[in-house]
Amino acid sequence: MMQGKQTDGDSTIYVRVAGTVEDTVAFAEELARLAGPGSVLALDGDLGAGKTRFAQAFAAAIGVKGIVNSPTYTIIKEYEGDKLPFYHMDVYRLSLEEADELGLDEYFHGQGVTLVEWASLIEPILPPERLHIRLETTGAESRRIYCRPVGSEYAGWCERLKLDKSDGEGESTT
Amino acid sequence: MSETTNTAASPSDHIENQELPDSGYLLLAIETSCDETSVAVVRNGREVLSNIISSQIDTHRQFGGVVPEIASRKHVESMTLIIEEALREAQVELPDIDGIAVTQGPGLIGALLVGVVAAKSLAMALDVPLIGTHHIAGHIYANHLVGDILYPAIALVVSGGHTEIVLLESEGKFRMIGRTRDDAVGEAYDKVARALRFPYPGGPYVDRLAQEATEEVVLPRSWLEPDSYDFSFSGLKSAVLAEINRSRMKGETPEFSALARGFQQSVIDVVTGKAIKAAKEFGARQMLLCGGVAANKGLRTKLTELCAEVGLPLLIPPNKLCTDNAAMIAAAADMKWRRKQFSSLDLKAEAVMSLEEWSV
Repeated sequence: MMQGKQTDGDSTIYVRVAGTVEDTVAFAEELARLAGPGSVLALDGDLGAGKTRFAQAFAAAIGVKGIVNSPTYTIIKEYEGDKLPFYHMDVYRLSLEEADELGLDEYFHGQGVTLVEWASLIEPILPPERLHIRLETTGAESRRIYCRPVGSEYAGWCERLKLDKSDGEGESTT
Repeated sequence: MSETTNTAASPSDHIENQELPDSGYLLLAIETSCDETSVAVVRNGREVLSNIISSQIDTHRQFGGVVPEIASRKHVESMTLIIEEALREAQVELPDIDGIAVTQGPGLIGALLVGVVAAKSLAMALDVPLIGTHHIAGHIYANHLVGDILYPAIALVVSGGHTEIVLLESEGKFRMIGRTRDDAVGEAYDKVARALRFPYPGGPYVDRLAQEATEEVVLPRSWLEPDSYDFSFSGLKSAVLAEINRSRMKGETPEFSALARGFQQSVIDVVTGKAIKAAKEFGARQMLLCGGVAANKGLRTKLTELCAEVGLPLLIPPNKLCTDNAAMIAAAADMKWRRKQFSSLDLKAEAVMSLEEWSV
């Protein structure tokens, strides 16, 4: 089949189990070492799963100084990291149409790395290659972190991060 | 929708040729930092002749509620219309305008750009000064539209996107002494509202539910380090979620109103507690409350009580001047107008912008 959904190609889902906040932070740091200009992380997880905490750890790891706080209201916050610019988005309160009109592509293909919270809400307009990350709450501090790479680059990341292959449970196939 | 979009003001609206008293200068201000397009005409930096906000204009259309104007295109569509409306309501014409103020940042870059481009065009065409203005300075100086400010003052800025404690040593001298490390107060309210199944933005529902509650689930207070004026609300949000889950696991229905009350009490205790502590430490002669969450009844009541206890005068602007609006931008820009601190026409919109550096 020539025409396929964007999720085709590599539908493998990987998982990392984080027992503590520190484990989640460490995983964000490992990811940050792989990120470069134009990297896109599509982050999901329920309210309180720690999306913003994850983003803070990631930002610190690429050298963003100072406070990285929630972008829910302003939708996009831009930061200058030592290594890369960091574009932090939260698209929760956008419709797909509004998100489309915002011209997010300029960020996705910009000089920095983009992290989108609630990314599954705008999946149709995400760039063709990206890494989906979903935080699942399994306890007060423990999280199961699912990674779904779209595109060969991010499949490579998952291999290098030595993540376990998941049986797919818990990761929605939207 | 508008029958004409001529940029030249039509004199036909003004039957009487009303001359302004010569004792006045008029600033036209533009605010487009996020959802709203707003234009105001303000005389002498304090007298609001008009303050038009797009969402209020939109209410008569068939959208049912606030239409976010996040997309730049929406701001562009509204801009000319709202400038015309602001001039008409103020009963002035473009040539009467003495200066242009505009929100330069912080905010959503695409939205800011629209206001900045409009402001620069007007300043150039009218050959009047341009003043790039900080959005938070605007929120703080909304208070100057309702009363005199005594310095030093402590400003508590609480809105959807901001939670900050700012020290004003003298007029226009800003020092940021505390800010949120995660969610802004308004965001925390909206997120708890989501957990309580209210539609977005649900902050006002939580406020109402908390007011009506007869019981309270006591939740932790996040004071952070003893000497810190920073805030953190993500732990409190998690505590609310944990309570909801705990009830559900036991097969009980969560006590939404008691939870809303507990959440509200925790937020208000910490926010007002830190503001009062800052006022004491820095010898403030006045407390200024501002930002969209200043409409929260619980917060207003508690801060009013605490300020009365310590004999600290408190200013709170009316709700229309608390949410994003252009009159507040004129009020802040006025400080620079009087000092002739104008911006050049190559002014750039800034998504990230320091309040302290914007000081007069």
